[in-house]
Amino acid sequence: MNGLDAIIRAFQTPKGALAGGWLILLILVAVFAPWLTIYDYAAQDLPAGFTPPNADHWLGTDEFGRDLLTRIFYGARTSLSVSSIAIGLSVFTGMVLGAAAGYFGGRFDRAVTVVVDLTWSFPEILVALILVAIIGPGISGTMAAIGVAYLAQFTRLTRSQIMAIKGETYIEAARSLGSSHIHILMKHLLPNALAPVLVSAMLATGDAIILEATLGFFGLGAQPPTASWGGMMSSGAAQLFTGPWIIIFPGLAVATTVIAINLFGDALIRALDIRSRMRVA
Amino acid sequence: MLAYTLRRLLLLIPVFLAVSVVIFAIIHLIPGDPVDNLVRVGSTPEQKAEITARYGLDKPLVVQYGIWLGGVLQGDLGTAIIARRPVTQLIAQDLPHSLALGGFALLFSTVVGIFLGVIAALNRDRIIDQLIMGGVLLGSTLPSFWLGLLMILLFSVHLEWLPVSGARSWSALILPVLTVGLGGTALVARVTRVAMIDAAGRDFVMLLHAKGLHPLRIQLRHVLRHALIPVVTILALRIGWVLGGAVTVEVVFARPGLGTLLIKSLSQHDYPVVQACLLMLAVAVMLGTLLGDICQAAIDPRVRAALR
Repeated sequence: MNGLDAIIRAFQTPKGALAGGWLILLILVAVFAPWLTIYDYAAQDLPAGFTPPNADHWLGTDEFGRDLLTRIFYGARTSLSVSSIAIGLSVFTGMVLGAAAGYFGGRFDRAVTVVVDLTWSFPEILVALILVAIIGPGISGTMAAIGVAYLAQFTRLTRSQIMAIKGETYIEAARSLGSSHIHILMKHLLPNALAPVLVSAMLATGDAIILEATLGFFGLGAQPPTASWGGMMSSGAAQLFTGPWIIIFPGLAVATTVIAINLFGDALIRALDIRSRMRVA
Repeated sequence: MLAYTLRRLLLLIPVFLAVSVVIFAIIHLIPGDPVDNLVRVGSTPEQKAEITARYGLDKPLVVQYGIWLGGVLQGDLGTAIIARRPVTQLIAQDLPHSLALGGFALLFSTVVGIFLGVIAALNRDRIIDQLIMGGVLLGSTLPSFWLGLLMILLFSVHLEWLPVSGARSWSALILPVLTVGLGGTALVARVTRVAMIDAAGRDFVMLLHAKGLHPLRIQLRHVLRHALIPVVTILALRIGWVLGGAVTVEVVFARPGLGTLLIKSLSQHDYPVVQACLLMLAVAVMLGTLLGDICQAAIDPRVRAALR
């Protein structure tokens, strides 16, 4: 299979191996979080609060005496699942909208393009903030807000991929053989558009992790006591002067994850040789 | 050029109307009644109805929209429900701060980004290129609020060089500008580098080499000029972005600005202010896009020729 092949080739470059290895490790940590630590992520132990990093608490404790490393493990669960589910929804909807707009053209295309251009021109954080205000804070609100904030990107990308290949002779041939529109879209057009869309989905997941953290920072993400990297940084910001490690470590978790996603995405683009098709025109 | 600019400006009118409808509709989707924040606990439904009527919130949505748009076109953005002042006043107070932050951040990303992009392109695939692009990637992947807070910790608390927050002095602008600017720097540097490398492979560059021009002169005078076209487009698109995307940084540094105003009004359900802020940002984005297209026409003779 071409996709698996590309992933293997991405792993064969030094940067890709490092980044991909880090991501696999992170996913394992998120899945097996309860077995990796002796501490509870939610139970408060006030006398143990504000402990700097030491042998017992490798990354120290927060203001409620909770082990930071434990909360970062559990936070990985929240951050990774929220951002990947959000991007998954966004990719699916964006592909449907973009494919229909690009394939059928006409009024529907114009309507989609106008709406998409409109949200596209606003910073994602503003779109997400307003959507959270409409839907309400919490995990599902965050997911929906992130999903809609990135919808424009995938719609545009899918649309331009479809537009680029729908004039090819083999599509015309398929049509004259009597294939239905759905068949042509599902069998011929979408598979060709898949690679750039999926790679840009991966890169967007990195941005979504930052966006999720930012919403969490504003107190609009996962609500306490659920551990999320953004929420941890939000409470860490209030303790900036007394316990700087409380905000430093979750931030490092976000940064390393996003860098790894970017590097691996870059390796994938090279392996698939689709750099020129990644542009969202 | 002038005719083109005028035509593009006229084309903005329907877009502006569409945007205003969308913004108005979205604001009214937000649950929660601003009047709830105004009435005292225990006041009668009649008192509440009276306040609702005073702000015209009892009229049908279409009528409310008409009144609002009519006001906007005359330069009246309405009265803030919670702050109880004309929205234009609130915005006039905060906009300069946003413009200063956004303007300097954009300037920073432009200068530093183009500089780094050129250096990286000239040293393509060498260690300098990889260091620059690695650093640039790092700068763009750090959450801006986190970066801002760490800079406060370093420069304001430990080194005591700069004020922690606020907007009282020019020095208070340095850290926010750096924080907002770094993200844009990455983008500008990446686009500059790719465009330089792309332009360096064109036929006209080969001709210049054949003519015997000094390679550095070719790179800086001809290739860079060619490569600036996409950079200018990206920069113009960032104008609205910098104004709105600075929300988090404004909050972190407790700076007044459109972003802070927007967040505060959003949590208070102060519709008129939220609407006005969003409309201002949308207009900034639209003008930025227009500016980008005009700059492109000004730089690129081919675009200019196509317009005639």
